[in-house]
Amino acid sequence: MTEKPLTLYEKLWRDHCVVDEAEDSPAVLYIDLQLIHEVTSPQAFAVLAERGLSVRRPDLTIATLDHSTPTLPADETGALPFATPEAKAQVETLQKNCETHGIELFGLGDPRRGIVHVIGPELGLTQPGKTIVCGDSHTSTHGAFGALAFGIGTTEVGHVLATQCLLQRKSKTMRVRFDGALGPGVSAKDMALAMIAAVGADGGQGYAIEFAGPAVEALSMEGRLTLCNMSIEAGARVGLVAPDETTFAWLDGRDRAPKGEAWAQALKYWRSLPTDDGAEFDKEVVIDASSLRPMITFGVSPDAAAPVDSAHPTLNGETEREAAAYMGFEPGDAFKETKVDRVFIGSCTNSRLSDLRAAAEIMRTRKIAPHVKMLVAPGSEQIKKEAEAEGLDQVFVDAGAEWREPGCSMCIAMNGDRGEPGELVVSTSNRNFKGRQGKGVRTVLASPETAAASALAGVIADPRSFFKETADEL
Amino acid sequence: MSFEPFTILTSRTVVLPQSDIDTDQIIPARFLTTTTREGLGASAFYDWRYDQNGAPRNSSPLNGVDPSTHQILVAGSNFACGSSREHAPWALLDFGFRAVISSDIADIFTSNSLKNGLLPVEVDEKTHRALLAQPGAAVTIDLEANEVLFSEMRAAFKVEPFARRCLLDGVDPLGHLLNQEQAIASFEAGRSS
Ligand code: SF4
Repeated sequence: MTEKPLTLYEKLWRDHCVVDEAEDSPAVLYIDLQLIHEVTSPQAFAVLAERGLSVRRPDLTIATLDHSTPTLPADETGALPFATPEAKAQVETLQKNCETHGIELFGLGDPRRGIVHVIGPELGLTQPGKTIVCGDSHTSTHGAFGALAFGIGTTEVGHVLATQCLLQRKSKTMRVRFDGALGPGVSAKDMALAMIAAVGADGGQGYAIEFAGPAVEALSMEGRLTLCNMSIEAGARVGLVAPDETTFAWLDGRDRAPKGEAWAQALKYWRSLPTDDGAEFDKEVVIDASSLRPMITFGVSPDAAAPVDSAHPTLNGETEREAAAYMGFEPGDAFKETKVDRVFIGSCTNSRLSDLRAAAEIMRTRKIAPHVKMLVAPGSEQIKKEAEAEGLDQVFVDAGAEWREPGCSMCIAMNGDRGEPGELVVSTSNRNFKGRQGKGVRTVLASPETAAASALAGVIADPRSFFKETADEL
Repeated sequence: MSFEPFTILTSRTVVLPQSDIDTDQIIPARFLTTTTREGLGASAFYDWRYDQNGAPRNSSPLNGVDPSTHQILVAGSNFACGSSREHAPWALLDFGFRAVISSDIADIFTSNSLKNGLLPVEVDEKTHRALLAQPGAAVTIDLEANEVLFSEMRAAFKVEPFARRCLLDGVDPLGHLLNQEQAIASFEAGRSS
């Protein structure tokens, strides 16, 4: 008898079920790695303390500091400029909790510190076939390696700390195929925004998405991370890419990746994970990658996305009218030429070395528009170091941007980095919700290329025009 | 940890008709630098309730309601999309809500709410429209019967059966997980061999 063909998601699920799900009880799912940070963990540790429980597997738990940490350097006395005493207390609480429970913390000053979804892959902690959770909805990022990774709430963070398991229901499956190849100036972020516009902000609700097709296979690991990162913006908690040679090449030799015989064993398992031929998905979506143009968002929900060289669509209903009023757009307005006040390059979506290189490529020897403020926050200490070794920091500084310390920074604006009311911010992060980047801030999500081009032009700009100029200069 | 059991709730509604109300609206990120669960109601929908200068906005239906008589929030579609912050249900509960009704509610928020005794209720479009049109209506949510009742209408809703049991009994599911210790230990042993 031949076995039923399975999807990648189904294999990952099967291999981690401690107890299968039943009508009246969810499955008990084993978690291979829990990542924690300062914002969503204190109350979970408090529950452990209340109940007299200990952390079951501190060895499968890794902590970092990223959300509330300042991106400005320490002052002469060595004190970091925390935004509020609460932010500082939050950081200290995690430090204390990690000490108490024997959890490895990549804390302030550690060369391995960075945004939680950046350091997992960077250190080789994120591997195909693992279940990975974090009290953060962008945990879907790690799915780029063919890991079953999803965001959880604080109560669940406590469940995993105490039992290394979660009660979960199996998701439905959706495959999003990107056919063809991306054109110049179009990148993974544009694929993500096009996908969200196609699926809708709640279209992925209840699904685990697998991204497939030639344009996905052609992406670097960084690009795949960007794509999976924004699955949650389509409502899906899980985004996956099948592990392949690109994945293995990235992992080979990384600090926490398996070595020697263990590597050979792991490779064998990893190669068995991709979706079987003939496996069925509950839903299929096909997107033509070759027709994609650089994308931006124009509303206050990430599915309000359109090509940068298009115009604002007509309005349907009160929610869209309110969004347009907030953003200051009228139907028919061309997006290009909209005045930009601030540009942010960073976040777990687009703060990796390739993102910084792409932006620097456009900005090299140029200056940002005089009225624009620009901030670049690398995703990790490691990326910061590599970028500086290549002189990328100098490119940004010479252009008139600020080069900051690693952290979430203006993505969530809880560390003091933020825009001012009314400002239009072109941002490489993942959420354009009202006030996300500061009270009253109007966020336009875009790729690093589009963000860099817009900073130079001082208005929303199409990065492809800069590629042409570069070509003409040669 | 346990909470008040949820069986049947009759209360008036507060209506926020906008679609795609995200977790940054429910509780802006700048209020997340807390290390406790308490007191977040004051920050719930802060930027909707207060203007730039911190003065209450008269236009917000959340201002001036009596939380003891208005324990049901009716919201537009795709409610609570966005972040996994459990601060969102904590803030709504602390504000005084016991249930949220919409046509669809984000997965992580649903899961977080159920663990804290806040009932997320997804109803059909027709019921949803009727509820949105009548702010302040008296609504009964019967979790035993899985039904929402209001004026002449009666609508069924579904809650994941295990979470429903926990809610009806007022227990959180950690106990259930802790009881799986043997299965977890043998799963771990099986993998390392
Ligand atoms: S960069 Fe933004 S989305 Fe990513 S973990 Fe930090 S706050 Fe969350």
